[in-house]
Amino acid sequence: MKYVDEFRQKDVARKIADAIANTVDPNRTYHVMEFCGGHTHALFRYGVQDLMPDNLIFVHGPGCPVCVLPVPRIDNAIELAVRHGVILCSYGDMMRVPASKKTSLIKAKAAGADVRMVYSTRDALKIARDNPDRQVTFFAIGFETTTPPTAVAIKLAMAEGLENFSVFCNHVLTPPAIRHILQSPEVNDYGTVSIDGFLGPSHVSSIIGTQPYECFAEEFQKPIIITGFEPLDVMQATLMLVRQINDGRFEVENEYSRVVTREGNRKAQDLMAEVFELRSTFEWRGLGEMPNSALRIRNTFAPFDAEKRFALTESTGRDVKGCECPAILRGVKNPTDCKLFGTVCTPDNPQGSCMVSSEGSCAAYWSYGRFRLECREKAKAA
Amino acid sequence: MCLALPAKILSIDDDAETAVVSLAGVKKEISLALVEGVGIGDFVLVHVGYAINTVNPEEAEKTLALMADAGLLNEAPSETPV
Repeated sequence: MKYVDEFRQKDVARKIADAIANTVDPNRTYHVMEFCGGHTHALFRYGVQDLMPDNLIFVHGPGCPVCVLPVPRIDNAIELAVRHGVILCSYGDMMRVPASKKTSLIKAKAAGADVRMVYSTRDALKIARDNPDRQVTFFAIGFETTTPPTAVAIKLAMAEGLENFSVFCNHVLTPPAIRHILQSPEVNDYGTVSIDGFLGPSHVSSIIGTQPYECFAEEFQKPIIITGFEPLDVMQATLMLVRQINDGRFEVENEYSRVVTREGNRKAQDLMAEVFELRSTFEWRGLGEMPNSALRIRNTFAPFDAEKRFALTESTGRDVKGCECPAILRGVKNPTDCKLFGTVCTPDNPQGSCMVSSEGSCAAYWSYGRFRLECREKAKAA
Repeated sequence: MCLALPAKILSIDDDAETAVVSLAGVKKEISLALVEGVGIGDFVLVHVGYAINTVNPEEAEKTLALMADAGLLNEAPSETPV
């Protein structure tokens, strides 16, 4: 596939790996946080980590929208389908995420609730048009990449007078999460998470541009490289990051220039601003309450806001006991540090969100990395 | 969740703001509501049924060239793979 295969070439990967090996200072350690689940996935799927020097360590970030949605919001989505009897349309990623009381959207569906997996908000609109006598709610999740399509759907619903359509909005914002991590006690005080620089979001940045990251680089003196999701992108960006760290620079650089500009996608930004406004606070799984970190639907579009149309119960649901997703999402722990990993918790029977989402760290470790360390030790011993 | 794939535009329906794209040979109808000034033959990044951006071919070439040069820019590239 054009613009995909070229960025997966093995011989080029070897070259970049050599360049990184020759650029790193053997007398120090490099801690690189890859923000997005897509990057974590690329690192593991393509074995990028094994091509890196031992003193370059990837710290996995919270950039997986499925993983950061707290249990009470999933409880509310199930409540919409079960108690309010709506046709609940959800992206496939959310279907198996554990809610409280050992339930999930897919279990609610099996028990008779009308939960439908959709690929696009366009599909949800079609279901609403085809079922005028039913309420149809779209369970909207995702970062800035996924937010503009929801904005388009709400505007279309209003233009068409599609009164049975509504959106349960859970869209969250990337910059506040980066700020939260940089200000967290683990990074600042405890020193348990050390971060020398970031591989910054790919497709989120294609919407918001590189400009919003400039203040972080300056304020926290950490370099940020906006990085594509293909393995060569991740490697090239890592090389750029190592060079900045060596030089003592802290700039925002754009490795993913084929898609990302400094300004981003203005049309998508304007649509988001027209339909959504900031929530004063929102809970993120693993990161807790964060001010100005999520969006809600503006009053102009209130008729399409599921939270206004339906009375929702305040859920007190919590994570499964023993699940380390919260610490894993902050980069404090690795999936293999969790007692549930690979024993009780597998992709077939996920206990936490990081195992459900294909972008979650636990899923990446399980699918591509669970024998990696063992093999590496064996190879070294041999 | 944020994954998106580059796809080539095969045809455009201006009234509906939609296009048919080829995703590695598979034809799919997507929305063009989030992009401006795209034409047939352009590559767009497709995410949840929407084109969210165009792919800039010149920038893609530049990045590939930078990658290909990675080893050469270092004084002593090692001969053995890491």
